[in-house]
Amino acid sequence: MPDRVSVAKTYKLYIGGKFPRSESGRVYPVHDAKGRFLANAAHSSRKDVRDAVAAARKAFAGWSGATAYNRGQVLYRVAEMLEGRREQFAGEVAASEDIPARKAQSAVDTAIDRWVWYAGWTDKIATVLGAANPVAGPYFSFTVPEPTGVVAILAPQRSSLLGLVSVLAPVLAAGNTAVVVSSADRPLPAITLSEVLATADLPGGVVNMLTGRAAELGSWLAAHANVNALDPTGAEPVERGELARLAAGTVKRVLTVPEDEPDWTQRPDLGRLRTYLEPKTVWHPMGV
Amino acid sequence: MPAFDYAPAPESRDIANLKPSYRPFIGGEFVTGSGEPLKTLNPATEEVLAEVGTASAADVDTAVQAARKAYERTWSRMPGAERAKYVFRIARLIQERSRELAVLESLDNGKPIRESRDADVPTAAAHFFYHAGWADKLDYAGLGPDPRPLGVAGQIIPWNFPLLMLAWKIAPALATGNTVVLKPAETTPLTALVFAEICQQAELPPGVVNIVPGAGDTGAELVNHPDIDKIAFTGSTEVGKLIQRSVAGTRKKLTLELGGKAANVVFDDAPLDQAVEGIVNGIFYNQGHVCCAGSRLLAQESVVDELLAKLRYRVSTLRLGDPLDKNTDIGAINSAEQLARIRELTESGEAEGADRWTSPCPVPERGFFFAPTVFSGVQQSMRIAREEIFGPVLSVLTFRTPDEAVAKANNTPYGLSAGIWTEKGSRILWMANQLRAGVVWANTFNRFDPAAPFGGYQESGFGREGGRTGLEAYLDA
Repeated sequence: MPDRVSVAKTYKLYIGGKFPRSESGRVYPVHDAKGRFLANAAHSSRKDVRDAVAAARKAFAGWSGATAYNRGQVLYRVAEMLEGRREQFAGEVAASEDIPARKAQSAVDTAIDRWVWYAGWTDKIATVLGAANPVAGPYFSFTVPEPTGVVAILAPQRSSLLGLVSVLAPVLAAGNTAVVVSSADRPLPAITLSEVLATADLPGGVVNMLTGRAAELGSWLAAHANVNALDPTGAEPVERGELARLAAGTVKRVLTVPEDEPDWTQRPDLGRLRTYLEPKTVWHPMGV
Repeated sequence: MPAFDYAPAPESRDIANLKPSYRPFIGGEFVTGSGEPLKTLNPATEEVLAEVGTASAADVDTAVQAARKAYERTWSRMPGAERAKYVFRIARLIQERSRELAVLESLDNGKPIRESRDADVPTAAAHFFYHAGWADKLDYAGLGPDPRPLGVAGQIIPWNFPLLMLAWKIAPALATGNTVVLKPAETTPLTALVFAEICQQAELPPGVVNIVPGAGDTGAELVNHPDIDKIAFTGSTEVGKLIQRSVAGTRKKLTLELGGKAANVVFDDAPLDQAVEGIVNGIFYNQGHVCCAGSRLLAQESVVDELLAKLRYRVSTLRLGDPLDKNTDIGAINSAEQLARIRELTESGEAEGADRWTSPCPVPERGFFFAPTVFSGVQQSMRIAREEIFGPVLSVLTFRTPDEAVAKANNTPYGLSAGIWTEKGSRILWMANQLRAGVVWANTFNRFDPAAPFGGYQESGFGREGGRTGLEAYLDA
């Protein structure tokens, strides 16, 4: 007999800063690698996608318009919250990915450190990727990188937290808002991450987390006119061509991703940040 | 109206060294293309200028193979410092032959000689000069140590700035160590084929640059060729989407520079006479055949009447006619097809209830001409406010507050360029920040420079051309 019965958590979606159930009322069971029941996850629908995109678009002006310093502080706060829930994440990652506790802990620690790395980028992007342009005329011309808008992320299917953080943090650091479809079979760390985001001063709607099938939801996101960019990492390689074709209908930026899920422990380059940035060139005449 | 008439000051067409026929340039040689030859017209007179051989699917394949061979055996292995010297040579040769190129461009395209002479050709040379210097400094481009070229680039360019768009495409590709197969536009292939001669004069290794004239089917062969590593396209959003769809799911890297419907925002404190010059330059430069043209004038309500009066007077002084006359401000529309599209859209503007004003300037009887036209009382829902006209047609809308100006300016799926006219510095910077466009001109318009990145947001495409940022399009980084 256990001393007490634990309080089980209902895992819901994260849309516009709130934690709703799927409007479809659908759920699917999530199991650990040994087939033991862990929880029911919300099975997101097309309408959930629509709501999430609307929330992300609404949040874009505020998040992209915040100062880079402010965005950096909010993202660093997320890392602080992650650190506080280190044990919880390690447990969920170990159960989801069927890896030993020590390995799960290491993945969580790398995820936290990755988040800190990107948090520090917010106020350096313009210095490193922008320019004063030496044009041949009496003009001051400069180029600043700006966020592209709403980014749809099909999160990695295998790496439930480190992979997710590695694809989400650059989107936010660049000033974009995000709609994420989590790993289908390993969604629990993603929902717990949403709880962290909700308590870390990240404005509602900046990140919207959907659990469900990338194969089902990806096409709605790829074709959505209010989505500016797509990360197809979590889609099956055979599905990525069709997603890219759908994305062409609104000239979306589609991230180039490797065939297989990469080793997320490797330190990233600036490729992801650059994909979600639009260099803007401004000109003004000089004279007296 | 002006009190004085101008005496004609035509540039001699002999300077163009026009030949009766031109041929594709593949593997360092001019070859007989097996495609159906096309006839390129002088749009100002509708006479045939020359017959141009086109590239069939087999010719495109030969060109890609030549480019692959040149890439593997020569160009990608050559030290950057040596590559640079070839690109510098090209810049100098364009400068040396600038008069010939300018006249040829005006004959084939219909643009005023003043523009081809003072803008298109010198800026094309500047692009080669600028990028040549990058060839041995790519380690400093911020893309990591030793960035690698992609391989063979397939490039497709439009008819509005034939030589300049070629330079925008070829200069960065060569500087970064790629080789090129370029398709010029069907209606303006001639300067690209003179550029091929320049490549020969520069002793550029055979196959590094290949020019394959043809229509859309030639472009599709290039886009779909399996041995192409990179596609760069400038043209309409409609075709850009087709190309993005074709390339989807392949390893080909893509950059697109597509259409636009730029807002040119004039506040009530703007210096109106300067603004009028900027508005005129923004929409009537190059007959309005400019993807970043300021085709939507957003005027603050309190100055719209005064601004329209000044604008109509200024536009009525623009001289329309012979592109080779140095006095000409507005030349010929590039093709009968484009003229029909401009007419169709302006008719829709009248049908939807906008007020049309057209310059009373004389219009030549032959050739494709369209008098500068200004629509006022335009609503955002009208086609002339939403669709790219790509002609000398301006749509005037109004706003009351800066927030309304931003909302209206950004109310478009495009996002290539925008203009701001105001004396208030803080407002310029705030507006520049709010406008969702890749290029923002404040108290100026239509400025281009190889050192300044150019390209769009949203459905105006992705990727940039020019500056350090532009190098990313041709490097594996």
